[in-house]
Amino acid sequence: MEEKEIQNELASIRNLMERSSKFISLSGLSGILAGVYALIGAALAYNILYIRTPEISHVPIDNSAPVTGLFYGGSYRMLEWQLIAIAFVVLLASVITGIVLSYRKAKRKGQPIWGKTSRSLAFYMATPLVTGGLLILVFIYRGHYSIVAPASLIFYGLSLVGASNFTFTDVKYLGLCDIILGLVTACLPGYGLLFWAIGFGVLHIIYGSMMYLKYDR
Amino acid sequence: MKVPFEKLDKAFENRLRLQIMSVLMVNDRYDFNSLKELLDTTDGNLASHLKGLEKEEYIVVHKAFLGRKPNTTYESTEKGKKAFKQHLDALEQLIKQQKTN
Repeated sequence: MEEKEIQNELASIRNLMERSSKFISLSGLSGILAGVYALIGAALAYNILYIRTPEISHVPIDNSAPVTGLFYGGSYRMLEWQLIAIAFVVLLASVITGIVLSYRKAKRKGQPIWGKTSRSLAFYMATPLVTGGLLILVFIYRGHYSIVAPASLIFYGLSLVGASNFTFTDVKYLGLCDIILGLVTACLPGYGLLFWAIGFGVLHIIYGSMMYLKYDR
Repeated sequence: MKVPFEKLDKAFENRLRLQIMSVLMVNDRYDFNSLKELLDTTDGNLASHLKGLEKEEYIVVHKAFLGRKPNTTYESTEKGKKAFKQHLDALEQLIKQQKTN
C-alpha cells in the first residue's frame, strides 16, 4: 500500500467519524444575524419600557413581587403583549435564518439537512428550550416577571450544552457563558434587559463570527 | 525493515467495511438507511459488507419495527472496536516506516 493511499484512507475515516456524529453544517453567519435580531429586539423593548411609557419607568420591571395587571390598568397588559410579541418575532426570525443558512451550507457540504445528526441536534436543543419557554410563560402569567431574563438565558445555555454533542464543540462554551450570565442576572434584578442583550445579542455575534471564520469558509 | 502488513485486518481490506466501522465507532447505533445515505452506496453492496462484519462478530444487528416499516440498526462490538483500533495502529506504523525508509 502506498503512503498516499493510507493517508487518504485515514482522512476519509476521520471525515466519516465527524460527519456521521456531528451536524457540521450549522451556519456561523446565522449566529451573527441572530445576535443582531436580539439587539434590535432589546432596543425596541428598551424603547417601549423606558422611553415611550416614561410614566412607568420608575417601576422596576424586574421586581420579584408579583405585579397585578390591575394596578397599571389596561396599558400594562398591552405592554406585556408587546414585549412577548417582540421576543417571539426575534426567536422566529433567528430560527428561520438558522434553518435557511444551515440548509444552504448542508447542500454545499453534501450533508443531509434532516439526517440522523440534525434530528438529534434538534431534539436535544428543543427539550430544554420548550421546557424553559413554557415555564417562563407560566411565570409571566402569574406575574413573576423577574424570571424572564435569567431563565431564558439559563435554559438557552442548557440547550446549547446539550446540543453541543451533535455539532461543533464551540457551541458548548457559548452555552456555558449563557448559563453563567443567566445566574448573574438572577442575582442582579433590574438589569435583566441589559444582560439579555449581552447574552443573546453580543455573545451570539462574537461566537457567530468565530464560527464563521473557523468553519464557514 | 519489515513492514507489518500481517497486522492489517483482512476484514477491513474493503474500504466500505472500514468506513462502516468508523461510523459505528463514534455512534452507539446507526440505521441502515442513514448509513446508505452517508456512505453513498447501494442496498446490496452495503448489506453484503454488513453481513461480512457481522460474521466476524465485529458488529451486532438489531431488528425492530417503526410502525410497519422495518428499522434495522447496527452496533459495534467490543471485539470490533478493538480490531478497528489495531487496524488503525497498523496503518499508522506503515506510514511511519515508509517515512524512515
